[in-house]
Amino acid sequence: MKNHILRPLWVAILLVSAILIARGLYVPDDFGVNGRNFTYGFHRKGNIEDWKAFPVKYRGRDYCKECHEDNYSSVSDSAHAVIQCENCHGPALGHPDNPEALEIDRSRGLCLRCHADLPYPGSQRGDLPAINPDEHNPDTPCADCHNPHNPEQEG
Amino acid sequence: MSKKCSRRNFIKKSIAGAVAAGLPLSAFKLLAPGEARAALKESNLRWAFLVDTRKCVGCGFCVKACKKENEVPYDVPVTRTWVERYVVTRDGRTHIDSPMGGRDGFTYKRIREEEIPDSEITKAFFVPKLCNQCQNPACVQVCPVGATYQTTDGVVLVDRTWCIGCGYCIMACPYGVRFFHPVHKVAEKCTFCYHRITKGLKTACVDACPFGARRIGNIKDENDPVTKTILTERVAVLKDEYGTKPHVFYLGLDERVR
Ligand code: HEC
Ligand code: HEC
Ligand code: HEC
Ligand code: HEC
Repeated sequence: MKNHILRPLWVAILLVSAILIARGLYVPDDFGVNGRNFTYGFHRKGNIEDWKAFPVKYRGRDYCKECHEDNYSSVSDSAHAVIQCENCHGPALGHPDNPEALEIDRSRGLCLRCHADLPYPGSQRGDLPAINPDEHNPDTPCADCHNPHNPEQEG
Repeated sequence: MSKKCSRRNFIKKSIAGAVAAGLPLSAFKLLAPGEARAALKESNLRWAFLVDTRKCVGCGFCVKACKKENEVPYDVPVTRTWVERYVVTRDGRTHIDSPMGGRDGFTYKRIREEEIPDSEITKAFFVPKLCNQCQNPACVQVCPVGATYQTTDGVVLVDRTWCIGCGYCIMACPYGVRFFHPVHKVAEKCTFCYHRITKGLKTACVDACPFGARRIGNIKDENDPVTKTILTERVAVLKDEYGTKPHVFYLGLDERVR
């Protein structure tokens, strides 16, 4: 064949080879079809382990029981038994070492999430004990008068 | 050029020929059919989610827990799960809002600066939303680099090291559950708390819900209480007509919810 045809051909082959070699080095070994089929399962297999290793932050109420026995039993026997401690106090990952103390949110907003009056027919919201935030002792934290761990009692 | 086959020519051509022939073959090894078949082995675990809209009171603790558990920036208006409020009035209008995805709950009757008198309301309810972990996820189909995929137990995940942030998946999702992660600069979505469900825990939002409006279970296990409810009660899914086969089921869903 003629040189002016062969030369560009070699260049092209070299280029493609270079790209393929680079791809071979860059793409991890566990990359491939790992699921149902190519459309839905073409990925790096190790990523599943990456996601499993993500840290769990919410520990659940039974964890608090070890050290906050009083709060645990008062909440468990109250109208607020359905609410997880960490909903009001934040995730307990690392507590009590770091952070030493969890957040104490005395804002009215925390309680108004459930108790602001929204008399909605067809929704369980309408059945909760409700107050009008603008009329029910405005500007005073709810916890001054109500015990958040046992709302039947005064705070 | 002479047609003569010199030793130099012969060696040059055979080396180049071998390289050219060998390389493409190694590149296509990925698609070997045997490999694909091996991966097809049936799994007896398939996660599904059940939302009871009648139980939801719109406290937003699920959204708060999700953002903290999954390190989604708290004060940026992006979230993996959110709660929508629907208020239907006598004039037939539907008022919908979801301030900050419902992260701080719904503490006022006002909706989008509009006061709605109680007497005008015919029905009103809250609808929690999250990724539907579709059986045929459109978001995975469009990914050009293989950075998002479906696990054998039915959860769609994003590989943060591999995602190039092109945003195709965000646009492909009919449910709008994907967004751009402001810190990692990649596509982000609900993982059904994959790190929790694979350890035997429930998702952060399920654990946070005080009223049992959110539940998760294995739809391939007939004795699973969630599966029993899905099989025996009247459940609905969102945007069935798209053919994505969503796996988040709703009890008490209204036609106005899209
Ligand atoms: C291993 C024991 C331990 C466990 C388990 C534990 N805590 Fe604590 N917690 C402590 C200690 C000790 C302190 C006191 C820190 C201080 O006062 O400086 C504390 C402080 C707190 C405070 C702040 C109290 C204050 O007066 O400032 C809150 C709120 C709290 N914990 C909530 C929780 C919750 C909710 C859980 C469960 C998710 C939990 N704790 C689990 C030991 C524990
Ligand atoms: C409805 C929201 C709510 C829930 C649920 C809740 N707390 Fe509290 N917690 C509060 C508030 C508000 C305060 C601050 C009370 C005050 O300042 O008078 C507080 C204070 C505390 C304190 C420090 C002061 C004290 O009373 O001892 C601890 C410790 C504590 N909570 C632990 C718990 C534990 C453990 C649980 C779960 C068993 C729990 N809390 C559930 C809202 C809540
Ligand atoms: C997750 C929703 C939720 C949040 C947040 C919440 N509550 Fe409650 N609250 C309830 C439920 C549920 C009841 C029980 C209703 C019933 O018994 O029918 C209740 C009952 C009450 C009652 C009435 C008790 C009675 O006499 O029957 C008071 C008062 C109260 N809560 C105060 C508070 C205060 C103060 C806070 C904030 C620290 C708060 N609640 C936060 C859900 C919530
Ligand atoms: C100054 C004290 C005070 C403050 C502050 C206060 N309350 Fe009350 N609350 C009361 C008293 C007293 C009652 C019982 C008498 C009544 O029904 O008005 C009551 C009743 C309630 C009830 C029961 C209503 C019913 O129908 O059974 C709820 C729920 C409630 N409060 C929630 C709240 C919430 C939420 C906050 C904060 C946003 C709050 N309260 C702040 C004193 C207070």
